[in-house]
Amino acid sequence: MQIIENSTMYDVIIVGSGAGGGMATKILAEAGLKVAVVEAGPYFDPGAPEQQTQLKWPYESPRRGANTVRPFGDFDSAYGGWDIDGEPYTNEEGTNFRWFRSRMLGGRTNHWGRISLRFGPNDFKRKSMDGLGDNWPIGYDDVKPYYDKVDKLIGVFGTNEGLPNDPDGFFLPPPKPRLHELFYIKGARKSNIPVFPSRMSMLTKRINDERGICFYCGQCSRACSVHADFSSGTCLIFPAQKNGGKIDLFVNAMVREITTNEEGKATGVSYINKEDRKEYKLKGKIIVLAASACSSARILLNSKSKQHPNGLGNSSDIVGKYLHDSTGGSRSAFIPDLMNRKMYNEDGVGGMHVYTPWWLDNKKLDFARGYHIEVWGGMGMPSYGFGFNHNDFNKYFGIKVGGYGNPLRDEVKKYYGSTVGFGGRGESIPQRENKCDIDSTKVDEFGIPVLKFKYQWTDHEIKQVGHMHESFEEIIHNMGGTVLGDKPTLAQKNGIYAPGEIIHEVGTTRMGDDPKTSVVNQHQQLHEVDNVFIVDAGPFVSQADKNPTWTILALSWRTSDYIVEQLKMQNI
Amino acid sequence: MDRRKSIKSIILGGVAGGLALNGCKPENVEPTGENIALAAENHFGRTPEEKELIEKLNAEQFLHPHELATLNVLVALILPANESYGSALDAGVPDFIEFMTKDYPKFQTPIRGGLMWLDHKSNTDFSVEFIAATPEQQKIVLDAIAYPDVEVPENERPLEVQFFSLIRNLTLTGYYTSKMGIKDLGYVGNSPNVWDGVPEDVLKQHGMAYEEEWLAKCVDQSKRNTKAAWDEKGNLLT
Repeated sequence: MQIIENSTMYDVIIVGSGAGGGMATKILAEAGLKVAVVEAGPYFDPGAPEQQTQLKWPYESPRRGANTVRPFGDFDSAYGGWDIDGEPYTNEEGTNFRWFRSRMLGGRTNHWGRISLRFGPNDFKRKSMDGLGDNWPIGYDDVKPYYDKVDKLIGVFGTNEGLPNDPDGFFLPPPKPRLHELFYIKGARKSNIPVFPSRMSMLTKRINDERGICFYCGQCSRACSVHADFSSGTCLIFPAQKNGGKIDLFVNAMVREITTNEEGKATGVSYINKEDRKEYKLKGKIIVLAASACSSARILLNSKSKQHPNGLGNSSDIVGKYLHDSTGGSRSAFIPDLMNRKMYNEDGVGGMHVYTPWWLDNKKLDFARGYHIEVWGGMGMPSYGFGFNHNDFNKYFGIKVGGYGNPLRDEVKKYYGSTVGFGGRGESIPQRENKCDIDSTKVDEFGIPVLKFKYQWTDHEIKQVGHMHESFEEIIHNMGGTVLGDKPTLAQKNGIYAPGEIIHEVGTTRMGDDPKTSVVNQHQQLHEVDNVFIVDAGPFVSQADKNPTWTILALSWRTSDYIVEQLKMQNI
Repeated sequence: MDRRKSIKSIILGGVAGGLALNGCKPENVEPTGENIALAAENHFGRTPEEKELIEKLNAEQFLHPHELATLNVLVALILPANESYGSALDAGVPDFIEFMTKDYPKFQTPIRGGLMWLDHKSNTDFSVEFIAATPEQQKIVLDAIAYPDVEVPENERPLEVQFFSLIRNLTLTGYYTSKMGIKDLGYVGNSPNVWDGVPEDVLKQHGMAYEEEWLAKCVDQSKRNTKAAWDEKGNLLT
């Protein structure tokens, strides 16, 4: 089959349209460059009636929102998940990395929790502090101006608290805590665990004339039809289009590899059009990879040529290595004081209104790094699973569990809103051995060799999650609650989530000054090929206990500025 | 937006229908729940593949007429009508359970087998199928399986106890996710509103209060429409 070549010469080809790709699209297109954005999934606008799941009722889904098709249920906006038909991946025996992918314009920014945390000064220099992992070649001061700009451009609520490693920013005011959150504040403080207003990217206040303001339906995971929360499409790509950016969007286009010339420089990309299943080529002067950490590594590893026999930018053999995800542990509780609630609309913003950043000193602990605590609860909209084993709580009052008939109605109401839960999300130590590589024995349905993962937690992560459970139980006790379920044992690895399940994977194309131990330089430019940049979470040297999105955005902006500057100086 | 601007950004590659709307959002319109919901009427955000799957499942029938008739009786026993609301049967729960047996095939054997167990038990004890038994007889059958021993892990309980728990779970989920059940529960969300804290009487009821210091940091909803501006230190000025 002949590969169909597009004659347009793009200034930049951006692969992927999530946080990193969206930001690069906005900055580079608004600088006047001719940009192609290549996205593996369909076009998506949460405001489009056919694609909207916001404000839908559970009975509009025949499965009442069950997660048989989408991993987080029918109303979640992510197209894709840990398993996608026709797009397999494999694991080395005895390991289990679970790879989540969103195939759609805006990628995973459409459904995420919008928890928007800056990395702090310590997060960039961990090796200097505990000798583990590596320092970033840049520090907080390099990124701060971009965090500031991202805050103002996109909007994030929170409060300036002067915390040493959870820096202040340009915040919109947070919403007031809900009832279960007031219980959490009280319970946590009893154990000297601090609680602060959450930091999340929903507009509690107007920031411009284009985007709507949050109307508190609590459904951010469904993507906002009035564009009141951050997603890459609604806040970066659509505005860049409106501002007259020269942007060609290629959707349902699965990138296979980066093409190169005799000198080893990148010349464009080849992709499979999912509609006609033919291979196409695009020409570009600069390639910006933003396909997500593992997908970008896969593209580089599949881009083999005479000049790059080990994959593009991979003579160091580091591409795919140092893969790491956040640690995760969770627990829930029944709080008798939250029974028999008066009904009112407490949907609030999607997710939590308060949270606990990491608060302890590792020198007094037997594990490295820390975690933050996320809180859930309240009188949410019923969905599939509502009412399951609802009267199990009867046992705490000596009432028979089970039964049938109209007494169930009273029990459902009695217990509605009396459950709270906690999620711990922590930092892991990057390991060279934790990685993704090409599985040369398998291809996906587009004929592209797939990834094979190998990932194992170390004792640090497992102990850290054990500590999460101790904290949760203490807080629950302070709240006058009963912990649900048994505390996971050490043999169960303290209940740590499988790698990939927290969906914060980073580190596959890490940044560094030494081309022998890193893939990109501090401008996220391949050491070996100066016209290829990576603006997803691949370049992260370490991941902090924070959600990576805000840092992806800040670094993508920083790199995009660098690209414009270098083009002006005719250096690339 | 004007047409000249919109054609500067074209979508290429595999383009699905309806994409001419790309980027054309109504500007400066404060949407209401009504107009958002109306615009999306007849859709609930399915991709074409997901729609196809639902149509395929709807075209199939898993439960036989007798099984369905038994299920109808069973869900109405689990949640009968009261003076204000209808039963789980009235709320359409059997249709939901029928859909789930196809959507999640692991339910098929336990549900089919459990319904068969009900007839077997009723036939053995009363020489009549479950649906034809008297309410007293049905109650005797159900009482034996409706109260699980919570000290025994769920998957180690007798199959008929597990069956009843499963049907009760699906019945309550089906009911409380229906229009009727949501009204019965009293859930008042899923509509555009302005969250301004827990009502005072609720705080009192639960012995809680807001701290002044915390409230001072929170959004003043009367200024939500005023554009945000900060000084160079990040203090919000508006």
